[in-house]
Amino acid sequence: MNLDLSPAWISIKVTFVATIIIFILGLFAAWWMNNYKGRWQGFLDGIFTLPLVLPPTVAGFGILLLIGKHGPIGKFLDLFGVNIIFSWYAAVIAAVVVAFPLMYKTSKGAFEQIDANILNAARTLGASERKVFWRVAVPLAWPGIAAATALSFARSMGEFGATLMVAGSIPGKTQTIPIVIYLATQGGEMKVALIWVLIILAISLTAIVLMNYWNSTQSSNKLGAGRE
Amino acid sequence: MGLQVDIIKKLPGFNLQVFLSCEQGIIGVLGASGAGKSMLLKCIAGLVDPDEGHIKVNGKIFFDSNKKINLPPRERTAGFLFQNYALFPHLTIAENIAFGLDNLSKNDKHKKAVALMERFNIAGMAKRYPSQISGGQQQRVALARALAVEPEILLLDEPFSALDNHLKNYLIKDMLVFLKEFKGNTLFVTHNMEEAYRLCDRIAILKSGSVETFGLKEEVFKKPASFETAKITGCKNIAAAMRVANNAAEIPDWNITLSISTGIESDNGFVGIRANHILQTDGPGENCYPVWIADESESPFRNSLYLKIGSEANNPDDYHIQWEISRDQREIVRNLAQPFYIYLDPRRIFFVQG
Repeated sequence: MNLDLSPAWISIKVTFVATIIIFILGLFAAWWMNNYKGRWQGFLDGIFTLPLVLPPTVAGFGILLLIGKHGPIGKFLDLFGVNIIFSWYAAVIAAVVVAFPLMYKTSKGAFEQIDANILNAARTLGASERKVFWRVAVPLAWPGIAAATALSFARSMGEFGATLMVAGSIPGKTQTIPIVIYLATQGGEMKVALIWVLIILAISLTAIVLMNYWNSTQSSNKLGAGRE
Repeated sequence: MGLQVDIIKKLPGFNLQVFLSCEQGIIGVLGASGAGKSMLLKCIAGLVDPDEGHIKVNGKIFFDSNKKINLPPRERTAGFLFQNYALFPHLTIAENIAFGLDNLSKNDKHKKAVALMERFNIAGMAKRYPSQISGGQQQRVALARALAVEPEILLLDEPFSALDNHLKNYLIKDMLVFLKEFKGNTLFVTHNMEEAYRLCDRIAILKSGSVETFGLKEEVFKKPASFETAKITGCKNIAAAMRVANNAAEIPDWNITLSISTGIESDNGFVGIRANHILQTDGPGENCYPVWIADESESPFRNSLYLKIGSEANNPDDYHIQWEISRDQREIVRNLAQPFYIYLDPRRIFFVQG
């Protein structure tokens, strides 16, 4: 059997890029919302969480409305001759939109767990908000942030519905592992589908185990775990 | 110089409306839970914004609603000692203390941290984490960390409330030494009058957001200026009173008329006498009353007797006056027939306006 491995590379590429973007956006959104106490709190939180509760096809539809040929962002990019629909960038956008709430919600929960006095102590000691974030909040919320990253990674890797709608299934270009599995199953090629199932299982499991391992060595180094 | 606070902050349930002005020294802010004590400290540190007013420390304006000045906490340098110390659990003791010293060179930072650790007797644990040291040591780390940035003012938020009595006594002694060296203002918030008395020069009594009394601690305890102050400073015997002469007041609840040596300023008010200021006496006379014992409670070193004046008590809750005596005295009283006489010294009785 001659297996085209391109879906693996595409999935890995899309997932890594998406995870990095989600990590940055989700972390800052979580920290910002953790400090924001205004009246839009509930509304903004709802917007950030929405993709989690909507079917991915709705997310896909929304992205198409924005970056499609007739969407505002799509039209703007067209001025420069750029079209991102049906490219791997679109797959990245789909993964970011769908997995963002996991990063946001989980790391916000981790920030909320931090004793407000500890953050305030840093402020009274002359720390800027930036220093409070990097030197205190992120290290203390780290286990939660790592879990959030692992979840976002897994969700991006498994993204199917929205990706299919905005990036399509162009072999060698935008065809990711979940899409290949779907198509192979539809076509009755159960063996091919099984191989891809095992591959995606291996990638996701490895990534999550590595992250857990890294996280546990990190926290035991830093906190001394209360013992010597 | 010194501290000037004049702020209003609307809170659910009540308004925090505080006016305090003081030169150097340690001010105790005493009040029941929910009186707004911690909120006051947070307003001074800049962690909470008051609605109106101004806060000035050593000539530096921290907050002024008229001039639209509101310094962020990092520019106020108010040393804040939190109730739970709020040490950074992921940093070592040395790193905790040096946290606020980023403006110094690496070398100076290290030198300063070492000097502080030596002064606070925690040099041996520089490389440990907060979870690996005792509560008392944690408190010293927190204080050293706060003093490292050379604050304009020190704010202590119930720093002893989480400690056992033995450790507390020891740490209060320690704290006194450290505070004496600190040349700025210290605001010490507590609900414990003993702590306040031991540590502070002046005491402010806070009741539902406003300062009821502010003065030298001796004055505040000797002659409380209000019913609330009397209660918060630990006076157990307070009763409604009516003026009948310049130096005498009738107490309907107790069925007696008391002589009081300080002048009575208003027709209606309250009289109070501390439970440990009551004396036992041999017979009738001015301010001497026959009493029956209604109830008794024991603590390791002292006993409290609940006394009823003028007639026998019907049940343990039927009493007028609480009397605190040593265990030895209790043995003497045990040999007395009831009723026996107590003497309420006119110089010990205070009158507050209603």
